[in-house]
Amino acid sequence: MASIRFEGVRVVYPGAARAAVDGVTLAIPSGCFAVLLGPSGCGKTTLLRTVNRLQPIDGGRIEIDGRDTAGLDPIVLRRRIGYVIQAVGLFPHLTVAQNVAVVPNLLGWDSQRVSERVDALLAQVSLDAQAFRDRYPSQLSGGQQQRVGIARALAAEPSMLLMDEPFGAVDAIVRASLQQETLALQRRTGATILFVTHDVDEALSLADMLVVMRDGHIEQTGTPAEILTHPATPFVAELVDADDALRRLSVITLGALAANAAYTTSSALEPGTIPTLDAGVSLRAALGAMLETGASRVCVMHEGREAAVLDLDTLRNAVRR
Amino acid sequence: MSWLVEHAGEIAARTLEHLWLCGTAFAIALAIALPLGLFAARRGRVGLPLIAALDAIYTIPSLALFALLIPLMGLGFWTAVTALVAYAQIILVRNVVAAVQSVPPWMIDAAQGLGMTPLQVFLRVELPIGAPVAIAGARVAAISIIAIASVAAWIDAGGLGTMIFAGIERQDIRLIAAGTLGIAALALIADGALRAAEHALRAPISPA
Ligand SMILES: Nc1ncnc2c1ncn2[C@@H]1O[C@H](COP(=O)(O)OP(=O)(O)OP(=O)(O)O)[C@@H](O)[C@H]1O
Ligand SMILES: [Mg+2]
Repeated sequence: MASIRFEGVRVVYPGAARAAVDGVTLAIPSGCFAVLLGPSGCGKTTLLRTVNRLQPIDGGRIEIDGRDTAGLDPIVLRRRIGYVIQAVGLFPHLTVAQNVAVVPNLLGWDSQRVSERVDALLAQVSLDAQAFRDRYPSQLSGGQQQRVGIARALAAEPSMLLMDEPFGAVDAIVRASLQQETLALQRRTGATILFVTHDVDEALSLADMLVVMRDGHIEQTGTPAEILTHPATPFVAELVDADDALRRLSVITLGALAANAAYTTSSALEPGTIPTLDAGVSLRAALGAMLETGASRVCVMHEGREAAVLDLDTLRNAVRR
Repeated sequence: MSWLVEHAGEIAARTLEHLWLCGTAFAIALAIALPLGLFAARRGRVGLPLIAALDAIYTIPSLALFALLIPLMGLGFWTAVTALVAYAQIILVRNVVAAVQSVPPWMIDAAQGLGMTPLQVFLRVELPIGAPVAIAGARVAAISIIAIASVAAWIDAGGLGTMIFAGIERQDIRLIAAGTLGIAALALIADGALRAAEHALRAPISPA
């Protein structure tokens, strides 16, 4: 529904000695949660803004669903792509409802449909429509403002979402819940998301595809597990702290190991005495469960059935490099 | 008291004249300053010398400016309007520039990113955000125009200044007082009206 392809994309700011984005080639399949990760100033925001043509490009091309965006009307393009900016970016002179309704109003929806959509969206981002509709942004907490910003980006049911450090201004707890809600929302809508962050943990927990950037170019692309277990360069290894075994454990799921593990039923080994965990749980959580219970094995469940029993050695081998 | 009743007709007529003179000047000043200010704000480099030139006009004493215009335009209403418009420019243009600059870049970015056309960005974001700042400037400009317009009587443009000048000539303190109080009243009313407009525009932004 919404794939993005960058081909040799280059951006040079006027008067700059070096390109801010320097020959980026990247294909993001439809429905993918892609995360751009890199240190401050490496060109993440610039690259993100080339997608909806807020940032003109000086070389290369960008395709959405196989169509060169250079040939599309930027106004139409932007209304089809949700955009959450680095600052929260709500309009202070508009109420929550009016902020969320910006794009539907631009698209000329009738007021009944806009109003229903606003209520549905606020519910989606866990805000009580009755209580928040008519408030102004200055009357909201940072986390609530972020939620409204996300609702606004989602308003016209875009199949693609650009998010630039959307959770920068909130504390760790709100951040974690917003991350989970964003993930759930993406799974539910199937939207393609291009998400910018310089927070490694955030990137690892959200990404289907992790794109590590440095000085305007892509250093490595892969799943979080691939990048943590096989960092392509010392820069990547250091950025994601690949030497941290616990971090590697946190991006590998039990399911990934269970697939290759020798199958043993737990009933053969003192039934009920070892922790039972779902295949989607991380190795880090499994290790935690073993330490807590004193067991040296865990039983992995897949779709309600026992899939494998994994022991401490299997975990150790999985993160050894 | 009987003096007031006797002169009520003249006071009313002079007040209306004053109002008409200032209203005309204010409307024309605004019509020029808005596009000029928007232009100056968007092209910083062209804007600076423009503001410097307007600053220079402002340093000319009002009486001298009226005098300078007489050889060009003669006496009368339009000469006074021209002088008042020139005075108001620097205040208005400055404030339009400040108004445009009071809209932070991220807000423009958000508006464009959501798919607003340049006109929509102006009408839906820059105007409502910048208007209170611009109106604050308009208040100062309006009061200045009303005050300076008293000099207009000196070039036969009428207004409450006529009573003040007549009072000075005839050494009649009541005429001077009536003219001065009339001008003060007009200034207060104009200030109040624009303040209300400014408040109405600002209101939604601050917590209710
Ligand atoms: N409008 C601009 N004009 C000139 N240079 C710019 C502009 N915006 C960004 N840059 C430069 O381009 C480079 C990339 O900036 P960009 O904002 O894309 O970085 P970023 O990875 O998003 O950083 P951060 O994590 O701090 O947001 C930086 O060196 C920055 O100084
Ligand atoms: Mg950035």
